[in-house]
Amino acid sequence: MGDKRSRSFYVLAAFFAAYVLFLYGPMIAIYILSFQGPDGGLTFPMNGVSLVWFSKVFAGAGIVDIGAAFKRSLKLGLVVMILTVVLSVSAGMAFRKSFRGATFLFYVAIASLIMPSIITSLGIALEFRLLDDFIIKSGAEGWTTAMGLFTSGLGAHLTWTLPFGLLIMFAIFNRFDGRLEEAARDLGATPWQTFRHVVLPIILPSVVGIGLFGFTLSWDELARSSQAIGSVNTLPLELQGLTTTVTKPDIYALGTLTSAVSFVVIFSALIVILVLQARQRRHGSDAGKGMV
Amino acid sequence: MMLVFALFFLLPLVFVTIVSAWDYNEYEMLPAFSLRGYTDTFEGCIAELPGLCTILKTYLKTLKLCLLTWGLTLLIGFTVAYFLAFHVRSKTWQIVLSLLCTIPFWTSNVIRMIAWIPLLGRNGLVNKGLQGAGLIQQPLEWLLFSEFSVVLALVHLFTFFTVVPIFNSMIRIDKRLIEAAYDAGATGWQTLVNIVIPLAKPGIVIGSIFVITIVMGDFVTIGVMGGQQIASAGKIIESRLNALQFPAAAANAVILLGITIMIISALTRIVDIRKEL
Repeated sequence: MGDKRSRSFYVLAAFFAAYVLFLYGPMIAIYILSFQGPDGGLTFPMNGVSLVWFSKVFAGAGIVDIGAAFKRSLKLGLVVMILTVVLSVSAGMAFRKSFRGATFLFYVAIASLIMPSIITSLGIALEFRLLDDFIIKSGAEGWTTAMGLFTSGLGAHLTWTLPFGLLIMFAIFNRFDGRLEEAARDLGATPWQTFRHVVLPIILPSVVGIGLFGFTLSWDELARSSQAIGSVNTLPLELQGLTTTVTKPDIYALGTLTSAVSFVVIFSALIVILVLQARQRRHGSDAGKGMV
Repeated sequence: MMLVFALFFLLPLVFVTIVSAWDYNEYEMLPAFSLRGYTDTFEGCIAELPGLCTILKTYLKTLKLCLLTWGLTLLIGFTVAYFLAFHVRSKTWQIVLSLLCTIPFWTSNVIRMIAWIPLLGRNGLVNKGLQGAGLIQQPLEWLLFSEFSVVLALVHLFTFFTVVPIFNSMIRIDKRLIEAAYDAGATGWQTLVNIVIPLAKPGIVIGSIFVITIVMGDFVTIGVMGGQQIASAGKIIESRLNALQFPAAAANAVILLGITIMIISALTRIVDIRKEL
């Protein structure tokens, strides 16, 4: 394999470009269409350019309360993000030493990741239904349901985000140089100091990555929420409901807004990661070199 | 973490299994042992022999969609991963291009599905383009809300799950092995079949597990892109739930779970997941 690019390079590069186009093309189409003029329909051509459909979304005309769903999703996403980061990092640390049930926990996490979402969702719904029945039978007055955004909904999302977090932690610690911690211990650091001043700064870029996964996966999660969220809906659920009823471009405007939130989160996370990595390099420590 | 999984994953699975063997009436479940959930599911199956009853037809259709999606995602995923791993030389470009593939994964699936509507609809870009080129007279009806659009959307959404593990396996392949193969006179194709594919097998298997389990249980993509007209294993569960027939839904979930576990255990015979991380 010399320096000259072979013909297969160009064939594969073209294939890759086609794949990227396939990934982004349709999305770009609806972003453009969301600026459709007031008389425009669901497809091209554009009938003028306007922000009419965005204002319709904000006004909530004809659509269920999108603003509330938006806020709910945002709140849930943030809570899921924090819990995912905290639980994944602590579980990741725990997995470095073998402990009882480590293998079991690992396989449960993998199973949770690949379990068809509808089954998890149904299971959680049943669990809470039975719990409600039990509470009502034991005589609680006026009890309605334990199901809700931050009980069953939160749980459903965590079964989806935690395995990702755990796998990322595994990838980090497989490349982590344990001698750094030994050095810290030898210098008299307490376990907490070692974690706070040695381990955490090194893994921080990846921890931000876990947070990114935690938030975006929760923000867009649909299948697991479908049965487990209780009486209120998250934004993706509202969106899915709208696909069957809405025939105007306001659904595209909503899609553009939702994606905009995703993109803001993605890019700010990526920038934070880049800044952190640059800082590690600038400080000239060899600490970051053990990592990707 | 164990607690979270126990409360929201293991316990629910136990309940699904238990409730699947409960009795039910029009509006609530009755905690008494009954196999009605299962018998209702397979209603009419024996009477209709040798023809296939609805439930078997549905499962066969799900399997068919699953196989189509699996084959396509694997083919595309492998090619993309191969390009990234072997033809992109600088690390920076590798990261940039991988991110390019990952960003859509962090955005909403529903929106990525809706995004096909202006392209594939009766007055969509594809139909307009083909009509403009004089290739067809009538708009193609099978582009949207059909099995075609379902598979297209599934491939669009989930190829990412094959790219990542295959890429991960591929960058660990020692480049010298490939050069050695070339030096020994192997053609590009022989190198691919005899060296790259066997060494990338763990990634291929892991990617396959992801895609198969997602598609088997999917009801959202099939619902939206199939115009709520195509039945699938996941959709059966959903419609049973909407009818508040929890034991029947649970029975279907148990069946689906059984099938999924069979496929996964067949695949994990080939590779040990834990070793590959």
